[in-house]
Amino acid sequence: MAKEIYSMYPRVKYLRKEALPTALCPGCGGGTVLNAFANAVDQLKIDPRDLVVVSGIGCSAWIASPYFLADTLHTTHGRAIAFATGVKVGLPDKKVVVISGDGDLASIGGNHLIHAARRNIDITVILVNNFIYGMTGGQVAPTTPFGARTTTSPYRNIEHPLQISETVAAAGASYVARWTTAHVYQLIESIKKALTVKGFSLVEVISQCPVQFGRRNRMKEPADMLRWFLKDSVPISKARNMSPEELEGKFVIGELVNRERPEFTEELNKLIDDVQEHFGLREE
Amino acid sequence: MIIRGDEPEQIRLLRKPYKKGNYFMQGNEAVAYGALFAGCRFYAGYPITPSSEIAETMAKELPKLGGYYLQMEDEIASIAAMVGASWTGFKVMTATAGPGFSLMQENLGYAVMTETPLVLVDVQRSGPSTGQATKGAQGDFFQARWGTHGDHPIIAVSPTSVEDSFWETVRAFNIAEKLRTPVVVLFDGISAHARERIRIPDPEEVEVTYRKLPANEEEAKLPFGDPHGDGVSPMPLFGHGHFTHVTGSTHKENGLRDVYTPEVHDRLVRRIHRKIEQNKHVYEKYDEHFTDDAEILVISWGVSARPSLGAVLNAREEGIKVGLFVPKTVHPFPGERVRELSKKARAILVPEMNLGQLILEVQRFVNDDVLLKGVNKVGGVPLTVEEILREIRGVA
Ligand SMILES: Cc1ncc(C[n+]2csc(CCOP(=O)(O)OP(=O)(O)O)c2C)c(N)n1
Ligand code: SF4
Repeated sequence: MAKEIYSMYPRVKYLRKEALPTALCPGCGGGTVLNAFANAVDQLKIDPRDLVVVSGIGCSAWIASPYFLADTLHTTHGRAIAFATGVKVGLPDKKVVVISGDGDLASIGGNHLIHAARRNIDITVILVNNFIYGMTGGQVAPTTPFGARTTTSPYRNIEHPLQISETVAAAGASYVARWTTAHVYQLIESIKKALTVKGFSLVEVISQCPVQFGRRNRMKEPADMLRWFLKDSVPISKARNMSPEELEGKFVIGELVNRERPEFTEELNKLIDDVQEHFGLREE
Repeated sequence: MIIRGDEPEQIRLLRKPYKKGNYFMQGNEAVAYGALFAGCRFYAGYPITPSSEIAETMAKELPKLGGYYLQMEDEIASIAAMVGASWTGFKVMTATAGPGFSLMQENLGYAVMTETPLVLVDVQRSGPSTGQATKGAQGDFFQARWGTHGDHPIIAVSPTSVEDSFWETVRAFNIAEKLRTPVVVLFDGISAHARERIRIPDPEEVEVTYRKLPANEEEAKLPFGDPHGDGVSPMPLFGHGHFTHVTGSTHKENGLRDVYTPEVHDRLVRRIHRKIEQNKHVYEKYDEHFTDDAEILVISWGVSARPSLGAVLNAREEGIKVGLFVPKTVHPFPGERVRELSKKARAILVPEMNLGQLILEVQRFVNDDVLLKGVNKVGGVPLTVEEILREIRGVA
């Protein structure tokens, strides 16, 4: 029965069949993200042998690792980007992609995120923001909306959420975009751009976790959460003319940054060439 | 697949900037040159006294050899980047001191579990915490052994001088590559900053080893298997189309996670242990001086081994039958040899710059009727020959 379902999915060739079915809950936005990523890879005709996918720890870290059939490095909590940095320096001609959660990449791993953006190393990060620590049972995250309920903010969250995309854009990334799982086609286009841009790119995906977040915030069904995303999303062009008060609690979607800056591994290799030239050490 | 830094042209390349001969240099510089000669072409680190000259030397020298120096945002990122780079075929190293070593522990465990070759130099300084940041010590003996969580083996080597630190660093790389495992170099702030004469060899004189790569596609599909029965899995590298999956979670031979089957965890963790146990010949190393007829035995490691030798030589002139045993690989501890030596000894002294760490390992292998005594000093100043000699005379 299950086998039939897989064989009907045209992107199944990109998945590690022996690892299926996925561990994600039914209705989790993670499935949409995996689908969007597989479609982006397919549309760009990227050979999976030219891909290395790195992830941290959490539900979202499972999206592409182990399921995506590429070289996959499943690392410690928060450190995926730092591991990916070593991979990219070793394999500058491959596409190195990090897919992980908001807690993983922006809380425990926040330092690596901003510094990779500053360095502008050519890594694509797909950050799945579900406002919660899903895997550990729904604790408050640095992305949890002000006032929301979680297992460790049972009365209400009194902290303000981190604006991840804005922070990464300010840190110096080449490409930054934010979409939601209710904007699938835009998301695919955005991942495609992120994969082609030279330099650090971040696609933040607002995603539903009906099980840990929705359930405790009056959105038990996945569709409730998708309706919320659609209702509260504001395109970036419109957001530019809105006051901070008007934007409170809204999801600004679209491309925040798309620019060219010198890329880290290219600069590193140029430096090595220059030094070898200078000291007369070039091997002919 | 290729391990970078081991190509034949690297020998020609090394010969150009580093002519063989005698040099006057710091221990930290010697560690860096040892790494370069061993084939290290990737360094990721974060500065900390008294290790920083290793980073500075690598930043200056690596590009000349086509290698990569990365200064990361912290120590956690440094070891993470090393693991990533090692899976692309680099020999990798970092250097740090106590506080940075503490930060690296989680990913050191990750490297043990994923069997990733890397070399981590801990230039020990006086702790706990920031302690005496600029002073040397030997207080991380057990941090190297037990700093990360879980049941795990670890290999740690410990140089005793500037010249020795060159060769012990080379040896650390060779062990890491042969056994596909992280290796810790327990150095110290005193030897690190001391300047001594050292002979830089011709690169041909340096034994350099490669990690085992998969012989065929079948082996590449089992990155955590044991096809040769030595416990060491051939390592498929990223970027060669093997679709390798690497995780710090319990995994099967094919790399896929299985954290529910007790046998899978048991099999994996026991093989990682067995790999170290059954390959003792790869890493076990100790020096002995006058142990043949020794009634008193001095057992000392790292920076304390030299004043210990001075004291033993002086005591011998006084007619005291004393010998010296120096473990060069301190973990796993060469306990069997110590057990043998202790049978002939009346008294054992253990000089070290801490309040008693190596002595606990020694104690496990010594009978109760032997007098076992630590010669301990903290405060950042090394033990002197006189201090150790006095203790030898005391038990003679
Ligand atoms: C050092 C460390 N601290 C804590 C944990 C426990 N932990 C596992 S997943 C996780 C949170 C994951 O949250 P997020 O990245 O948002 O992913 P999600 O599960 O929500 O997709 C935490 C705290 C850990 N594995 N390692
Ligand atoms: S707990 Fe939430 S984030 Fe995790 S798989 Fe379930 S729905 Fe998705």
